[in-house]
Amino acid sequence: MDRVTIRIRSTLVDDFRNKTMCPVVSEPSPVLAISTGNIKTSSEIKNMDALVLQLLNGLDKGGAYALIALGLTLIFGTLGVVNFAHGALFMLGAFCAVAMKQLLTLSKLVKDESITFFDAFKEEPYLKIWFGDTGAVIIDYAVPISILLAIPIMLLIGLALERGLIRFFYKRTHAEQILVTFGMAIVLQEIVKAMFGANPVPMPPPEIFAGSADIGSFLGLGNSVVYPWWRLVYLGFAGIVIAGVFSFLQFTTFGMVVRAGMQDRETVGLLGIDIERRFTIVFGLAAVVSGLAGVMYTPIVPPDYHMGMDFLVLSFVVVVVGGMGSLTGAVAAGFLLGILQSFASMNEITSILPGIDQIIIFLVAVVILLVRPRGLMGRKGVMES
Amino acid sequence: MITATPRNDLLLMVFFAIAILTMPIWLSPIGAAYPDLLQRFAIYGIFAIGFNLLFGLTGYLSFGHAAFLGVGSYTAVWSFKLLSMSVIPAVLFGVITSGLFAIVIGYISLRRSGIYFSILTLAFAQMSYNLAYSVLTPITNGETGLQLAQEDPRVFDNLFGGAMESGTGIPPTNLFGMEMSGYPGFYFCAVLMIIGFYISMRITRSPFGMMLKAVKSNQNRMSYTGLNTRPYTLAAFVISGMYAGLAGSLLAVTDPLAGAERMQWTASGEVVLMTILGGVGTLMGPVIGAGVIKYFENIFSAFNDDALHEIFSFLPDVLQDGVVAVVGLFVGEGWHLTLGALFVIVVVFLPGGIMEGISRLSRIFSQKKAEEPTVKTRTQPGE
Repeated sequence: MDRVTIRIRSTLVDDFRNKTMCPVVSEPSPVLAISTGNIKTSSEIKNMDALVLQLLNGLDKGGAYALIALGLTLIFGTLGVVNFAHGALFMLGAFCAVAMKQLLTLSKLVKDESITFFDAFKEEPYLKIWFGDTGAVIIDYAVPISILLAIPIMLLIGLALERGLIRFFYKRTHAEQILVTFGMAIVLQEIVKAMFGANPVPMPPPEIFAGSADIGSFLGLGNSVVYPWWRLVYLGFAGIVIAGVFSFLQFTTFGMVVRAGMQDRETVGLLGIDIERRFTIVFGLAAVVSGLAGVMYTPIVPPDYHMGMDFLVLSFVVVVVGGMGSLTGAVAAGFLLGILQSFASMNEITSILPGIDQIIIFLVAVVILLVRPRGLMGRKGVMES
Repeated sequence: MITATPRNDLLLMVFFAIAILTMPIWLSPIGAAYPDLLQRFAIYGIFAIGFNLLFGLTGYLSFGHAAFLGVGSYTAVWSFKLLSMSVIPAVLFGVITSGLFAIVIGYISLRRSGIYFSILTLAFAQMSYNLAYSVLTPITNGETGLQLAQEDPRVFDNLFGGAMESGTGIPPTNLFGMEMSGYPGFYFCAVLMIIGFYISMRITRSPFGMMLKAVKSNQNRMSYTGLNTRPYTLAAFVISGMYAGLAGSLLAVTDPLAGAERMQWTASGEVVLMTILGGVGTLMGPVIGAGVIKYFENIFSAFNDDALHEIFSFLPDVLQDGVVAVVGLFVGEGWHLTLGALFVIVVVFLPGGIMEGISRLSRIFSQKKAEEPTVKTRTQPGE
């Protein structure tokens, strides 16, 4: 019974996904509540509200792009490998959260006391039975808690992938790297599909983040700008992870060696440093970063097995726009493209240029590649041809 | 390997033509000899041959080739709707439109090479896909897909055939009155594929083909000799796009329906896989690759758990369940898993694809036979 309804729902979701065409807009957009009945609302303030909302939207999307692109460009800058399996890593991260949720809500059937006419049973998670309310709170916080699970798992997956497959491809052409990682992405995707099914798995955020934040009154714009809490959390989380990665590379000896290796791998090797081993760890780190991006993204879009592919194309574009191998470039371009995309989807703009929101990112990429092939912040001479 | 003399080429050509045209006979023992699948063999064979002309000869890896396939399909269906149910204008217009499309995309994308080229083509394909779903809905009919309708104008049909059996539903696609479904449809596609194969062979052997191979081996050196390589690569790109358009319009010929999902980048990935699996840069490789993938897609996705239990019924029950559970991952719904694993394995162990495998095997056998005479000539200095 339940399964049937779920299947129907999932086809609806698929329909919705198809209808909305672009993977990026297929997420249910946050409630854009711009109250029209308010007498004080002049058109100027209304525009201001819309701008603020779109800016937030863009920053949010940009956060996800930036995190994935950061991992991609870390891998490219260190190992010189074009990793088409990176979207799959994002997806694996998301499914770490799903697995954690399933683990936490392992249930047994208990008698339902509220129904007295006949013997009814309901599923009660063990955690609730053992710990009572504390257990319920833990279940409620399943998504943040699964970060703890995702870090070791993604690290392991990353290391295994690098040692087991990718290291054989350092010396081969980019085309072959693309092909083998693309194949790997399909394999990972299908394994997840076999384990968790093809339907999107809804993952609610913790209760206190479920509502919307009243940004408007905070900024003094009136109470007409509201924004989901969890998206704000995601934005903050993205900022923290990005700052963490950068400070790791900037302020630790390990990071210094890695940066030196990115500049000139051979010389670092000649100094007697086992640069290859460090780069392997960097690959694991990149896997963790995109995995974490996936974990925290689950309440925004219910994860399904092909969500990674949707993000992959976009994050590649982000990396190219930012500049191959430039970490700051990847982050900046991620946010920039996210913001551009959400502004392009405003009604005022789509009425002038219909469809622009669908293609703006790709258009920007085309222009950048033709005008400035090394990307916004790419180093001179790196992959310019 | 067999050397490319005109005589050998002719032999290969004759052999190829016979093999393709007799497919309904020699494929029947393995259960693949029904028109629907045969049509797909031929159509994706054309697609892969065209893709190989670009990737195999010039080394430019396009990740957006499915866009041309989609454009070809849409054009063909529009030709059915507006002009005539005859397949000739449909195929012609499909090829021409996708060629024009390829000129525009190629002109821009070919300014970059390597991974940038891949991403540019991917970006263009993704743009067309997104637009086909949104703004271009009047042309593409969005997610429903472009379909024929009873009240389509079909100008030429109505002009010449009068009101040909009006009111009897949508007329089928035809070639001079011959209905293009089932075996006639297959033979139409097969003949076009043989022609396409011939053209690709002529291109590979021509000075133009040599030029493209030179671009692949070292483009810088070509530029240093004062030669502008871009017209050559653009020509290769456009030809390859036209092949894709031909394949797309044939898809519409055999089943007059065009949807945007044909343009999605996974479709582009599929043709790359076909070419890689068969053997990049070889003549026969892409055709074999396309055939193998379409065949196994068809066979593997038909399996289900019951069928598997039947197959492994000779095993003891406990073992049987285990084997079925493992194998079940790879067949039926999980066919893509097999595809992905195959992809990885081929790229890792056999970068030359099936054709390289064949030539390796034949080398092993011929070495065994000809071991004694070659002993003396084996140690030659100078290499």
